[in-house]
Amino acid sequence: MSAVASPLPRPRRQLPLRRWWPVAIIALVVLAAILAPWLAPYDPNAQNLAGRLKPPGTVSRSFHYWLGSDELGRDLLSRIIHGARVSLIVAFASVILSGTVGTVLGMIAGYRRGLVETAVMRVVDIFLSIPAVLLAIITVAVLGPSLVNVIMVLALTRWPRYARVAYSQTLSVATMPYVRLAALMGAGSGRILFRHILPNIIGGVSVVATLEFGLMVLFEAGLSFLGLGVQPPTASWGAMLSTGRNYVATAWWAATLPGLCLFVLVLAVNLTGDAVRDRLDPRFR
Amino acid sequence: MQGFLLRRTGQALVTILGVVTLIFFVQRLTGDPTYLLVPETATKADVEALRHALGFDRPLLVQYLDFLADLARFDLGQSVVQRVPVLTIIASRLPYTLMLAAGALVVACGIGVPMGILLAVFRDRPIAKAASGIVLAAQSMPTFWSGILMILVFSVLLGWLPPSSTGDFSHLIMPSFALGLLSMATFARITRSALLDELSKDYARTARSRGVRTGRLLLRHVARNASIPLITVAALEISNLLAGAVIVETVFAWPGIGQVTVQAILARDFMIVQGVVLMGAFVTVLLNLLSDVLYSIIDPRIVLEGTR
Repeated sequence: MSAVASPLPRPRRQLPLRRWWPVAIIALVVLAAILAPWLAPYDPNAQNLAGRLKPPGTVSRSFHYWLGSDELGRDLLSRIIHGARVSLIVAFASVILSGTVGTVLGMIAGYRRGLVETAVMRVVDIFLSIPAVLLAIITVAVLGPSLVNVIMVLALTRWPRYARVAYSQTLSVATMPYVRLAALMGAGSGRILFRHILPNIIGGVSVVATLEFGLMVLFEAGLSFLGLGVQPPTASWGAMLSTGRNYVATAWWAATLPGLCLFVLVLAVNLTGDAVRDRLDPRFR
Repeated sequence: MQGFLLRRTGQALVTILGVVTLIFFVQRLTGDPTYLLVPETATKADVEALRHALGFDRPLLVQYLDFLADLARFDLGQSVVQRVPVLTIIASRLPYTLMLAAGALVVACGIGVPMGILLAVFRDRPIAKAASGIVLAAQSMPTFWSGILMILVFSVLLGWLPPSSTGDFSHLIMPSFALGLLSMATFARITRSALLDELSKDYARTARSRGVRTGRLLLRHVARNASIPLITVAALEISNLLAGAVIVETVFAWPGIGQVTVQAILARDFMIVQGVVLMGAFVTVLLNLLSDVLYSIIDPRIVLEGTR
């Protein structure tokens, strides 16, 4: 299991990323989310009760449903474009929040050792022993569902993942001669942590962050699917799936298409995450 | 060995105490947990009465000790809506969730482990490339979406399988696959990396140079050593399956614990939600303990390492 025992290393790739299309898909989704009000053909919440659950390509009143309509006659394409916003905002914000909190705590635990180390790592163990989905569910049940609360809940449940990685990497970096030298020369803990240790562990942390990003997209959709995410009428892919599944026998598009978007986005993020990992952390293969 | 078991059990108990404390504080994130338990139409007097009845007006420390004492007696409280002990409700639904989790585990291991072997043995060949594509797709598939797709294809279009609820074995097939796919990906990845690690070690190379065939090498030489990371993952995955059941049970109207949880959230029946979360955490801690014990049986060096 040690790095020495791994088979012969492959030649280092020249390009930073093996495939370009996952990055292109992510860029496309980000662009759609930013430009949603201009890209979406209709208001995502505009109802048209005469055009309920119409298949893709139907024209009803002033609407032309390229991807069909939902149970209130809202344009599915517009809702999917706007739904990208919720997915990305939640995933970005929760990854940044939990990543910052987890990394800082993990670094402090790994550098300070002693009581701080025991306290932080025990709390990490406790958090990791509650299944994340369940912890998220109970916290949203207490706080009440909303965009901000979903972000807070995901940050609260996911920071231990970063803390573990930051902790174990700090442990090894902290023994390096240059860190000891910095301490000898009178650098304070803050300076050592952020100037000398952080740049050396950020690679491992960003590997976790990219892999977590896809998971956060799925978590947000899952919470929305259960009615614990962003509240209606705001468009969210998970919530669209949830209502769409009631019509799966008569209107396949209502649930299938938002799900396809989720799947493609998460697939692209995971592929990018794997590439980032191959690049930054040769120990994993 | 006994010291090892005792130490690990002690650690598990500390973790459980921590989990309980965490849940206690989560419950009080908004200040007063009474509001979680009353219907939205309750008057101020109702809230007052319930707060007093449940003891939420006592000092925090007293409430905390009381909470611990209840849990020590396996008392998870009473459902506010149904007026039935939470433990009774969970016990009546648990068999369904266990059945589903078992089915998912069969899918996850039964497909994931052979897939991982394939990935490790045929590294870089087309067959491994195809398999890794499948693994990656399974990993990126939201369970609720794969569930809906399966209903669409196998129930609505083909009419082969019942779309929801329970009954004979055929009802179990789609939910098991929906729940097991994500874990399948994890099992495949871990099997692959564990096998690759072991196959590159000296003993494996020696065996191969002496002409041991691949099948025998995997079964007789490598399997035991490679199984350790697999056991860790299995322990983690079982608790993930229990949590994932919340969504899959909703999709397939499967009457297990997950469905109860979702219904409880909608009905503002907080005690049930809390009971399920506590149970999920206990099961996770227990499984981790079990996997530690299993390690020490498979690899006796682990016990010695701890006693340094």
